Amino acid sequence: MDKPLTQHIKKDGSWLTLKEYEAVGGYQALKKVLTLAPAEVTTIVTDSGLKGRGGAGFPTGSKWKTVPMGPDAPAIKYFIANADEMEPGSFKDRLLLEGNPHQLIEGILIGAYAIQARFSYIFLRWAYHQAAKAITQCIREAYEAGYLGEHIAGSDFQLDLSLHTSVGRYICGEETALLNALEGKRANPRSKPPYPTVHGLFGKPTIVNNVETLCNVPLILTNGADWFMKLSKTGEGGTKLYGASGRVKKPGLWELPLGTSLREILEEHAGGMKDGYQFKGVLPGGGSTDFLTEEHLDVPMDYKSVSAVGSRLGTGTLIVLDDKTCPVGMVRNLEQFFAQESCGWCTPCREGLPWTTKLLDSLEKGTGKMKDLDILTFQTHYMAPGNTFCALAPGAMEPLQSALKLFRQDFERHIHEHKCPWE
Amino acid sequence: MSMTNILIDNVPYAVDGSKNVLAASLSLGLNLPYFCWHPALHSVGACRQCAVLKYKNAEDTKGKIVMACLEPIADHLRISIEAPEARQFRAGNIEALMTNHPHDCPVCDEGGECHLQDMTVMTGHNCRRYEFKKRTHTNQYLGPFVNHEMNRCIQCYRCVRFYKEYAGGKDLDVFASHDDVYFGRHEEGVLESEFSGNLVEVCPTGVFTDKTLKKHFTRKWDLTDAPSICHQCGVGCNIIASERYGSIRRILTRYNGDVNGYFLCDRGRFGYEYVNSPQRILAPAIKGDCALANASPEQAIRQISAIIASGKKMIGIGSPQASLESNFLLQQLVGPAHFYAGIPRAEGKLIRRVITLLKNGKVRTPSLAEVKDFDAVFVIGEDVTNTAPMLALNLRQAAKKGPVELVKAMHIPEWNDAAVKDIVQGTTGLFYIATPHHTALDEIATRTYHAHPDDIARLAYAVAQHINAFSSIAGASSSTADAHSPDAGTTANPDADFEALSKSIAAALLAAKKPLIVSGISLYSEALLDSAASITNALKDQAKDPGLVFIVPEANSIGLVMLSDQFLEDAYEKEEPDEDEKPSQADEDTAILLENDLYERTFKGQTDLFLRRQKNIIVLDSLENATTRQATHLLPAATFAEADGTLINNEGRAQRFYQVHQPDNAVRSSWKWLQELQSAASSEPNVPPSASTHFDSILQSLVREFPELTAITTLAPAAGFREGTQKIPREPHRYSGRTAMHANVNVNEPQPPEDADSALSFTMEGYAGVPPPALTPFYWSPGWNSVQAINKYQIEVGGPLHGGNPGKRLFEPSNIPAAILTPNIPAPFTPTPGEWLVLPLYHIFGSDPLSALSPGIKERIPQPYIALNDSDADKTGILEGHYVEVLLNGQKQRLPVKLHTGLPPGTAGLPKGLAATAGLQFPFSTTINSGNHD
Repeated sequence: MDKPLTQHIKKDGSWLTLKEYEAVGGYQALKKVLTLAPAEVTTIVTDSGLKGRGGAGFPTGSKWKTVPMGPDAPAIKYFIANADEMEPGSFKDRLLLEGNPHQLIEGILIGAYAIQARFSYIFLRWAYHQAAKAITQCIREAYEAGYLGEHIAGSDFQLDLSLHTSVGRYICGEETALLNALEGKRANPRSKPPYPTVHGLFGKPTIVNNVETLCNVPLILTNGADWFMKLSKTGEGGTKLYGASGRVKKPGLWELPLGTSLREILEEHAGGMKDGYQFKGVLPGGGSTDFLTEEHLDVPMDYKSVSAVGSRLGTGTLIVLDDKTCPVGMVRNLEQFFAQESCGWCTPCREGLPWTTKLLDSLEKGTGKMKDLDILTFQTHYMAPGNTFCALAPGAMEPLQSALKLFRQDFERHIHEHKCPWE
Repeated sequence: MSMTNILIDNVPYAVDGSKNVLAASLSLGLNLPYFCWHPALHSVGACRQCAVLKYKNAEDTKGKIVMACLEPIADHLRISIEAPEARQFRAGNIEALMTNHPHDCPVCDEGGECHLQDMTVMTGHNCRRYEFKKRTHTNQYLGPFVNHEMNRCIQCYRCVRFYKEYAGGKDLDVFASHDDVYFGRHEEGVLESEFSGNLVEVCPTGVFTDKTLKKHFTRKWDLTDAPSICHQCGVGCNIIASERYGSIRRILTRYNGDVNGYFLCDRGRFGYEYVNSPQRILAPAIKGDCALANASPEQAIRQISAIIASGKKMIGIGSPQASLESNFLLQQLVGPAHFYAGIPRAEGKLIRRVITLLKNGKVRTPSLAEVKDFDAVFVIGEDVTNTAPMLALNLRQAAKKGPVELVKAMHIPEWNDAAVKDIVQGTTGLFYIATPHHTALDEIATRTYHAHPDDIARLAYAVAQHINAFSSIAGASSSTADAHSPDAGTTANPDADFEALSKSIAAALLAAKKPLIVSGISLYSEALLDSAASITNALKDQAKDPGLVFIVPEANSIGLVMLSDQFLEDAYEKEEPDEDEKPSQADEDTAILLENDLYERTFKGQTDLFLRRQKNIIVLDSLENATTRQATHLLPAATFAEADGTLINNEGRAQRFYQVHQPDNAVRSSWKWLQELQSAASSEPNVPPSASTHFDSILQSLVREFPELTAITTLAPAAGFREGTQKIPREPHRYSGRTAMHANVNVNEPQPPEDADSALSFTMEGYAGVPPPALTPFYWSPGWNSVQAINKYQIEVGGPLHGGNPGKRLFEPSNIPAAILTPNIPAPFTPTPGEWLVLPLYHIFGSDPLSALSPGIKERIPQPYIALNDSDADKTGILEGHYVEVLLNGQKQRLPVKLHTGLPPGTAGLPKGLAATAGLQFPFSTTINSGNHD
């Protein structure tokens, strides 16, 4: 079982029905969980070392532990699967959502049991129409089979699950903005503290976990924390869905042990660069991570190792930059996306990102000046973590700040040549 | 308040531990720029302007940028405002804001009093690096009060936070996202909120500006300002009134931490325009053979004083719109036995009852500001948003108090507004409203009860009885659950409903830490006042700490009744000629009418009859009205803008207002006219009257006659007061054009008028520091040109003013046993078939006749209508908008019908204060002819 997460996903593009999922052991983890105390479930997940697969890498068990429990805890708590996958370059959750929604539902059920949630939601990216169809059918099946609703699998546990399809803003993936969106408010991030685990949806304790994170949960409960820990190469626990896009021979998505090296993913699984293209750099974890270059190719793709070389594992989906693509243009596209997706709440993000985009645009058009590079560098400091209300703008600065360092000459060529050299 | 030791730029300070770093820094007098934070709206962390460096410990040299507004004060906190990293960040943030802000300061309405300008200068950003296009927006028409210029917006979100969250408005919001966010209405149209004008002060730049000012625009530095008191209702908000070239240009909030704080209602802010009305009476006039003809002040004084000196029968009618001083001097002139408070007896008796209950009762009436601190509210009979708008604004805050207290118990500070709102989720505390019809506050009520005033009083008495019946066995512990029980009052049995409702209100009030009862005289029911007091008495007996607020109709209702217990009918009846008295003798009578249109007060027939019997009708007033047209002698009286005086508000708080400017015509304070008349009448003929007495000496004689008003001599420094050797200038130090203002007439700089009555001067010269609060004409501090310079006038931001909040409370409950009430519970209201009991309906715009003369307000006044109960209308086939014939004081009026107002069966409602309803004495019974709809 080297690909526990994706082993049952069918090649024909159809999702596993309840029967099919049950036939491969589906909902057995849930049944086991219902015999455990909620705290025991959380302990197992904590011991497994599972970290959030949405990008931030926060330990899942630790998050669950901060939810108020016991008789004095609020009677209503919420459990939310964040399926609003909109990170540029990321398409990993899509596979799980379209291929095996029951695995996610079981993960939600286990998580909800661990925190004793009463209601749960799947917050889905609007563009994932196929996933919406799959989830809708699977939720219906789960209700009919008694896995959702009252007396789940004959126990006293009760959980309702609804699918909420987002209207399509990147910021909705930020967990507190997601809560506001679910409440029908503007999707602005919320002030922290208080944290959602204590005051979340409608002011009640709420867990928001990424889809991939939750799909691991039934496996952990079935096979144990040790098993999960041993799946990884570098001791952070589990496998990971790695993806690659760009001018590689075989762009795609692979479940590999956590800690697989960047080089292995690129050269073995993605088949290396397309003929005629040279590797120039890579965003290792989606659009809001720092570029890595040739010298970093041997870094193990886990949370700690990627951070150590100045980037982030993020979503684990590589965006590969080749020598025939303008790095300034690539960053410009990213910044345009982030500027567009800013909620408009805090000044640096709302005003800084459009300015950044306009500067990069100007460089691309050949009207840039040397002082523009200083302004761009200034923007990366201005929108540093902590200076903004949420992580959107600091994330947006990651590809820019690394590009300014790693591809400085390419920026300057735009200025000196009064045009984009790749044009 | 626990003091905490912190280091700011390595200087030790002891600061209030419950605050955030921004509020604490500003309170220390340090300059730290901010936009989204507001002392009444608190912290949300949106603008990122108040960034400071926070160090981990004494050894940390690097520090980390944090937002001061979101950083709690903690022991040994070490921060830096001046660190280069923090300064650069703040300058960069301004630079970012400026990428889209127009560079139009010289032609911007806000220029010279713009918080954004001030903060920009403060951060040092002055060189533009941004070379791209600025984003632009379309502006909206928002009604007669507020101008919209969205291109100037810096997206601080204060407008929507005030308008929606603080004031409960529905029609202003933020639209779109990223750098395209738009603050406005969903479509063009009049802003609905009664508090929309506060956007002008809340907005840190020129997006929302005062449209009435724009019509006769003047820069802040060119205005002559004075500390004043709003005359447009009984609450007594503190205002700054400003003048240029003889006309009043605008009203701003004058911060008073005990009264209105940072805000005003739209009637108060925009209702000033009547001062500039073409209907102003600017010269004395004397009735010749047929019409009034202008006369010189000397002529007028001579003629009127001759009448006074003749010793013929003379009465004076005062006014709740006029100052204590003017009313008092009239009383002195005619003699106390001949002075009448110029309001109908029914109203006067109720105001007297209010005074008795506040002075002799058991329970303290809170200040307007204190209202925000109550956690359960029961409104009895008042449509507060329309009878005392600013009280309604503060009641909205009280409704949030209970839930916010719960959040504070979770160790989340109240100033963390975003966090508090996320947790509170819009829930409101215990809030009950019993009124005859729907009111704007109903939306925040736990329960409402719409009934006839007698039934409302019955409910209130029942609540009091339930509170009295709560023994230690019943306890208040289980009562919260009762209060929230959705079953309360939903059965089919109305008696059981009533019982359940009164029980649940009693339980809620008992469960609260601080319950507040709000009532007033707007429905002309003494039972409502007494039942309200009996609830607070009962709560007091149960060892609770209740508050009792009564709403009175006018700026000096309380003050007037404190001077006299004789009312209009007393004057009218006394003037009825005795049967054996010869009519000719009565013709010799003289009535002096002070700032009072009697046709507003009493029915036309009655008023006509009274005035017809007066030989001399001496009227002191500021604007032409039905009464001034009957005058034989007319004296141009000052409005609040040209007069000094004292008013007593509904709390029993005496407050001083000062004249803004010295008009260049015959207009003067009524008390000045009266004192000149007095002086002329008592001096020998042909001998010039003795030098006039000044304001302070009138105060002295007033308190000699009325010792209970002694506190009014201490409201503000006397006229002789000087800061060092200097008076307090009404004009800012940057006042311009003084030598040019009259250049078309005379190129010499005119001598500024002397103000002998106050320590204020009519010039720009004088004391430049922070003056005593009652004498503060404007807010200005180096680097702080906007209204937010108020920070520098407060001991701590949002707290009391340096020198104490102005105003003096006259009543504290003395718990005199005689005032203890014997319940006088009215019988339930039963409609009489074919008859309607007509109740007054109040409108913030319209029910106050004076502000109604302001062009902006005029646009917002409703057309006359009659409101009917829906089922009554059903029975007679009347539909919304149908015209019906209503009998009003014997005259038929056709009025359109308004339904869905919640009025109980058998009652009807008419808007009070409109020309069509002038002089009606509510409540009254009438008939309605529904035939011939069209």
